[in-house]
Amino acid sequence: MIAIVDYGMGNLFSIYNALLKAGGDPEIKREPDFAGAAGIVIPGVGSFGRCMESLRRFQEPLEQRIAEGTPVLGICIGMQVMMEESEESPGARGFGWIPGRVVRLPEGVTVPQMGWNSLEIKRNLELLDGINPGDMFYFVHSYHCVPSDKTAVVATTHYGVEIAAVVAEENIYGTQFHPEKSGPKGLRILENFVRMVRC
Amino acid sequence: MLARRIIPCLDCDLGVPDGRVVKGIEFKQIRYAGVPWELATRYYEDGADEIVFLDITASHERRATMFDVIKKTSEHVFVPLTVGGGISSLEDARNAFNAGADKVTVNTAALRRPELIREISESYGSQAVVVAIDAKRRYQDLDGRITINTESGRCWFECSCYGGRRFTGVDALAWARRVEELGAGEILLTSMDRDGTYDGFDIELTSAVSGMVRIPVIASGGCASPEHMYEVFRRTGASAALAASIFHFNQWSIRDCKRYLHERGINVRITD
Repeated sequence: MIAIVDYGMGNLFSIYNALLKAGGDPEIKREPDFAGAAGIVIPGVGSFGRCMESLRRFQEPLEQRIAEGTPVLGICIGMQVMMEESEESPGARGFGWIPGRVVRLPEGVTVPQMGWNSLEIKRNLELLDGINPGDMFYFVHSYHCVPSDKTAVVATTHYGVEIAAVVAEENIYGTQFHPEKSGPKGLRILENFVRMVRC
Repeated sequence: MLARRIIPCLDCDLGVPDGRVVKGIEFKQIRYAGVPWELATRYYEDGADEIVFLDITASHERRATMFDVIKKTSEHVFVPLTVGGGISSLEDARNAFNAGADKVTVNTAALRRPELIREISESYGSQAVVVAIDAKRRYQDLDGRITINTESGRCWFECSCYGGRRFTGVDALAWARRVEELGAGEILLTSMDRDGTYDGFDIELTSAVSGMVRIPVIASGGCASPEHMYEVFRRTGASAALAASIFHFNQWSIRDCKRYLHERGINVRITD
């Protein structure tokens, strides 16, 4: 079973349906209890500060599962909260699983970035099996992750500056784009996640 | 760099179970194109970058049918879904998002009460608010209007609402600027002069609006071929091209349109 963390910030149909389509067995979890979850997805809705407020009660069980090796995938804001802090909500602490910060998109580009942008792949990762450089994914965001350790960045996209599109550190994964809204290529990433979770 | 998007638009009559997609020229000669969620799925598989549903019936009792359409569609379609037609309050917008919509479009209600744009934008983010502007050329009463020089003379553009059945006196170019300030994330710009004509997009209108605002502009009205899409992308700053009939009746597939654009150097998302 793949747990989808429901922290009450919006509808989770898209990610639920996409995981089903990808061959997974998703369950929406309103309570911080991940018993039986072989993988966990943190979806992305809302602002960094409000997300962290709602997510705080999930932190301890999430960290326990991460320590046990359960793959965790954060999407959009769900990836940003894995960092330490964000310019969007000064003072709010992220989970800090991946050292680094979240900063606003640069001046001179339209904010939010909304639309299909292409990936540049920095290194191999099972999550990106079947994904080729130049494949396009659907982004909607005003802030982006800047990990302190650049090796955490697996793929980037260009929007004014180079932006971390996929990050990974051991069993912690994040995508700045929405795989559940990125057509067949997005589903391919979720299929990879479903397969990784089963191994 | 962001890809230019191709967006099929489904005008939905929700007076029957599951709804039906309709296409008529100025509400005459109505033809039925199919069941909304089935057609949306076909377009998704064919490479649509986004799907727009417009509820042309837009009555309260039929709103629930639209939410069923969205729910059903989101089981099969994994690109953004936009819903419009009769969204007149924050609550209508919330219901659409709860049903699985990623964006809503507002037109008439925003002209009547512009603050609605800000309310939805503040609650759901600017990317979730698309303001539809239905613009008609006017060659008279130019004083005090934002005008442009066109091949047919100097003109301004008047906003219409209720699906083109009523004109408002509102200056569409001034309104475009205003909606950006109010927090709109995108403008769905329909030329009422070209809509249903198959003569191609209004390049002069699209160029004027996309040059005035920083938010993405979706060109709409008059598209009958990939050449029309190429023309609007080459000559204007439009981020997306919207079309309906050319896809509904199998004149062109989305895949063929994208291949045509890609071969001519337009940055579009190509699917296998």
